[in-house]
Amino acid sequence: MASDIKILTDRINIPGIETFEVYRKNGGYEAVEKALKKMSPDEVVEEVKKSGIRGRGGAGFPMGMKWSFLAKPEGIPRYLVCNGDESEPGTFKDHYLMKNIPHLLIEGMIVSSFALGATKSFIYVRGELMYVIRILEKAIEEAKNAGFLGKNILGSGYDLELVVQPGGGAYICGEETALLESLEGKRGNPRNKPPFPAVKGLYQSPTVVNNVESISTTPWIINHGGDEYAKLGIGKSTGTKLISASGHVKRPGVYEIELGLPVEEFIYSDQYLGGIRDGHHLKAVVAGGSSVPILPANLILKTANGEPRLMSYESLSDGGFATGTMLGSGGFIAMDETTCIVRNTWNFSRFYHHESCGQCSPCREGTGWMEKVLFKIEHGQGKMSDIDLLVDVAKRIEGNTICPLGDAAAWPVGSAIRHFRDEFEWHITHPHEATQKGAVFSNESILV
Amino acid sequence: MSEKIEFTTERLKKVEEIIGRYPADRKKSALLPILHLAQEQYGWLSSATMDYVAYILDIQPVEVYEVATFYTMFHLDPVGKHVIEYCRTGPCCTMGGEDVYDHLKQKLGIGSNETTKDGLFTLKEVECLAACGWGPCFQIREQFYMHLDNQKIDEIIEDLSK
Ligand SMILES: Cc1cc2nc3c(=O)[nH]c(=O)nc-3n(C[C@H](O)[C@H](O)[C@H](O)COP(=O)(O)O)c2cc1C
Ligand code: SF4
Ligand code: FES
Repeated sequence: MASDIKILTDRINIPGIETFEVYRKNGGYEAVEKALKKMSPDEVVEEVKKSGIRGRGGAGFPMGMKWSFLAKPEGIPRYLVCNGDESEPGTFKDHYLMKNIPHLLIEGMIVSSFALGATKSFIYVRGELMYVIRILEKAIEEAKNAGFLGKNILGSGYDLELVVQPGGGAYICGEETALLESLEGKRGNPRNKPPFPAVKGLYQSPTVVNNVESISTTPWIINHGGDEYAKLGIGKSTGTKLISASGHVKRPGVYEIELGLPVEEFIYSDQYLGGIRDGHHLKAVVAGGSSVPILPANLILKTANGEPRLMSYESLSDGGFATGTMLGSGGFIAMDETTCIVRNTWNFSRFYHHESCGQCSPCREGTGWMEKVLFKIEHGQGKMSDIDLLVDVAKRIEGNTICPLGDAAAWPVGSAIRHFRDEFEWHITHPHEATQKGAVFSNESILV
Repeated sequence: MSEKIEFTTERLKKVEEIIGRYPADRKKSALLPILHLAQEQYGWLSSATMDYVAYILDIQPVEVYEVATFYTMFHLDPVGKHVIEYCRTGPCCTMGGEDVYDHLKQKLGIGSNETTKDGLFTLKEVECLAACGWGPCFQIREQFYMHLDNQKIDEIIEDLSK
């Protein structure tokens, strides 16, 4: 049974929690005291390893393992860069966390930078969130005045400076090497790997890039121990996860859940999304941000084997891409029977085409093709052969690009056709009906 | 004569502080924050403004152009007093964003990438603003407007037209 334990959002509704004073009174910065006074950097790394926490930015790579890969050549600075680019459609949890409880991220940055031996660390935030950048800068100023940042923090001999860097509007800058290019004042073109950032990252120095939510979890891990964290969650999906919920649910918003919560409970319980809006039925869910495969209602609630689907890395991907999906960034988009899957798929493909940096031809050309063909189908000008053409273009992009944006563009298209092929066909056989405003074809048998 | 491009004294101080954030040989990292400052002052980035930023950072103007054209937040043409950046991405559409957008266009009497005759509003379509569950939404400069519906659109536009 998943509990309703909160470790990131437990204090988020306390009035004034965005100020140093209130945050401090409510247990804030105790992890910094503990780490800097009583622990060695390696001991901090060890706790994070034991916690089993996986990166919350989308890829789910074990955080402690990433930290242990960081190269440590003598005489070269190391960097920690926090990824607050948050641009994956459906995802708004980092926005929520940073604006409401900025000191949690600052505290996490101090503990994490100490563990990695970084003395200058960056928080890269998408430029559209300039107001959040100002909130973070104010919090940094407060922490500095209280002696938690700057030279010789708490008399430990450890120095740290934090810089908040704005992006300029580009989804691709969420990809970690594009982010580093952007931070160096360049276009956000992803780099070829290897070398990986752990060896050559920011300014050619060893660098760790972690998501806002990942870093914000480290204070709890330090305070309570990695083993305690690992007790939460289910299997290799340890801990809690922030889920950004949007779409046709009664209560959209950001929810912290213990991993392992049944999807059905998440959607229908009043504690979470409260169900689908009145008089409507669930048709489909994109469970982990726009990049992950879309699933029809029946397959999001239960796996192909009839097991209840859980909110965890493993359960959501059960069945592979044939019948499963991914937890991704936790952007949970619920759609009822009024949603046109073709239109939504076209919308996403336009997004990826718009956001492709254009370096690799399969991505640049493929995303353009998919957008064009989907536009034709959506506007009643499609041919039956277009459906297989889309599948073919998606396959040609997958795995043939410098960065995973190509895959992210291909998966929504491939999965929409896999599960909703009849809807694409209907657009082609009923061009007149399909182009009426609000017209939608929904196969009644898949609605829940 | 075109006006001379120069940061205000206050912004010049800010520029100095920003440059100081990075290692001395990595001044170029200051480019994005300084382009934001320039757009804050002038509303958009003319080539004269970009040349000025290049001069401040000791880099070639083309290095500034190639960056300014990559990122969608930078306006490379003059814009109205209020630039409405409307989210057109899937989740917001699911929240009713398309109908609200139609209403907004009608209310302003312009389409995407156009400016009203009185120069008050420019309309731009942008991708997901990380506010999906609070959508439909748009942004004007740093301010987010969320949970939009037709009535709210009317109120906001009328308020900003005063
Ligand atoms: C196209 C693309 C966009 C991404 N956007 C983000 C993002 O907005 N935020 C984020 O934390 N990670 C994003 N990532 C993942 C990062 O590359 C990286 O894996 C992550 O920041 C590592 O942090 P974590 O291990 O703590 O998750 C993106 C990846 C790709 C390919
Ligand atoms: S896959 Fe697309 S976004 Fe990624 S590097 Fe290639 S062209 Fe750029
Ligand atoms: S889709 Fe509009 S804010 Fe995310």
